[in-house]
Amino acid sequence: MKHIVKIMTLLMAISSFWIGLLEMLVVPPNYTWVLPLYFIVLVGCYGLLMVGVGLMRFPTCPQEAGLLQQVVFPLTLMVSLL
Amino acid sequence: MEEQQRNERNKYSIIVPTYNERLNIALLVYLIFKHLKKNVIPLSALFRNVDFEIIIVDDGSPDGTQEVVKQLQQVYGEDHILLRARPKKLGLGTAYSHGLRHASGNFVVIMDADLSHHPKYLPSFIKKQMETGASIVTGTRYVSGGGVHGWNLMRKLTSRGANVLAQTLLWPGVSDLTGSFRLYRKSVLEEVISSCVSKGYVFQMEMIVRASRKGYHIEEVPITFVDRVYGSSKLGGSEIVEYLKGLAYLLVTT
Repeated sequence: MKHIVKIMTLLMAISSFWIGLLEMLVVPPNYTWVLPLYFIVLVGCYGLLMVGVGLMRFPTCPQEAGLLQQVVFPLTLMVSLL
Repeated sequence: MEEQQRNERNKYSIIVPTYNERLNIALLVYLIFKHLKKNVIPLSALFRNVDFEIIIVDDGSPDGTQEVVKQLQQVYGEDHILLRARPKKLGLGTAYSHGLRHASGNFVVIMDADLSHHPKYLPSFIKKQMETGASIVTGTRYVSGGGVHGWNLMRKLTSRGANVLAQTLLWPGVSDLTGSFRLYRKSVLEEVISSCVSKGYVFQMEMIVRASRKGYHIEEVPITFVDRVYGSSKLGGSEIVEYLKGLAYLLVTT
């Protein structure tokens, strides 16, 4: 199954649940109407959180750059003579 | 012992596309030989007899890259270093296809020539493949033991944003989609590459996503990525737009 179909199926399931809530009046309609907005905000917050956490925990390796330079510098002098 | 015998039967073709990499290519070849022929890690016995060839696909570099490669062939032998040049810049995807046509190994490693991919990780790719029997081993910068050096905050932010977007929309099961330091079983690379149409950053993402969708066994090893030692690399607005278009394309076609 194409990936877009999986995502659309998931969105349709969520939409069906929302329409069900609207129809069955389990939750007051004025609350139910704003649920999609909450959902969009929630997805946005999730994205921002993931980017933020990813940025904070971004693995860096300055020591690798130093090690590479140690190897590269003398070799560069040799290569430049080729 | 059995693993060692299996390793001795395997041959690894390392495909390195180049364009104006005169300085880097000599260093890269030296480091590949250092880490595959005279291994310094504790598992040296396992890798001492790694059979490999380096296929350099040069896209008509005007800086004399090909002359350097020819000198390297005299030093290391033409059976170990193959120069398969093309007349002009024809893109990364076709460079891999071109190299693949000349590969005699049953495994293919693709890596960048600019030393952002350190050959010291090659033994860990081989070891991981042998331990797991994976069809693809991909280097990842975003797990413990991996890392990136040389990126400013904006570049890191772009990378994280792109990664979160791709992970959320594509569920690829791989932590580093745009990395280009990978080991493939040759037959797998041939099949995957024939179905890829993207270019640039998206090409690597398309390769791994399509491989994942086809159900190939993919493993990861941590790698460090030191952005270009010599030369320059950049990520501008047009690359970001291309990435988003590529993401949308993969979303509807895979």
